[in-house]
Amino acid sequence: MMAWIAELLIAGLLIVGAFFLLVGSFGLAKLPDMMRRLHAPTKATTLGIGALLIASMLYFLIVLGLPSFHELLITLFLFITAPVTAHLVSKAHLLRHPELRKDLPDVQASGGWATLGTSPQDTQRHEA
Amino acid sequence: MRTRYLPQPILTLVIAGVWMALANDISLGNAVLGLILGVLIPLVTQAYWPDRPRFKNPWRIVDFTLVVLWDIVLSNIQVAQLILFRRGDSLRSQFVRVPLALTNAEAITILAGTITMTPGTISADLSADGTSILVHCLETDDPEGTVNAIKERYERRLMEIFA
Repeated sequence: MMAWIAELLIAGLLIVGAFFLLVGSFGLAKLPDMMRRLHAPTKATTLGIGALLIASMLYFLIVLGLPSFHELLITLFLFITAPVTAHLVSKAHLLRHPELRKDLPDVQASGGWATLGTSPQDTQRHEA
Repeated sequence: MRTRYLPQPILTLVIAGVWMALANDISLGNAVLGLILGVLIPLVTQAYWPDRPRFKNPWRIVDFTLVVLWDIVLSNIQVAQLILFRRGDSLRSQFVRVPLALTNAEAITILAGTITMTPGTISADLSADGTSILVHCLETDDPEGTVNAIKERYERRLMEIFA
């Protein structure tokens, strides 16, 4: 009975995880522009991967009786790398697309947004 | 003495913990090996981070982590709904500026990461002087409200954690 409940729980987590991963990938293909597309893989996949990793931990712990910590590390590394990757992708996007600059809010600080800078050479180089 | 041989005591413990988790085995041998690495790595890399993060109230990290994990679950569901049930070009996306009260570099890094992981927002850039974050919202009618939510929910808690 116990094993049956555990298997049901693990199967449920696997399905939830797979669903969110699918939605994340679908969003990447569906959304119309780069900045919106970035939202799909950074969010919808976090819960997806998280559910799969919890399922994996439960499986090893309950079904095989081996506690496993690798999943916690994967979660930790994912939480560190996903925002950094998204930040760099969006910085590169802002730098390569000068037409986006009119949509940016006023920085209200000296030096401008870190990626763009405010010096004339800076803007000319990318608009050329 | 303490700062000379153990320049980053928290990092030492983190490295030892990660080492044991990587080995997937909690035993005395692994703990000793992890601690040796935990002492050596900060010594070798000390030149790259001369400062130590300064904490005011480290136990509030627990509170902050739980709030963020809960928001990640909510944000996943919200973003999944937006992706599945809305036409892509009907989403009212825009950039907003979040002025920062935080000055601690570690705290700003964590805030930027948190913004990316939570509901419908991505941190896209920092201002050159580090006083504001550029945030991209997937769907918002109320940029002011989004900014206030970020400041109230995450920044206030981070200010309690870091000195």
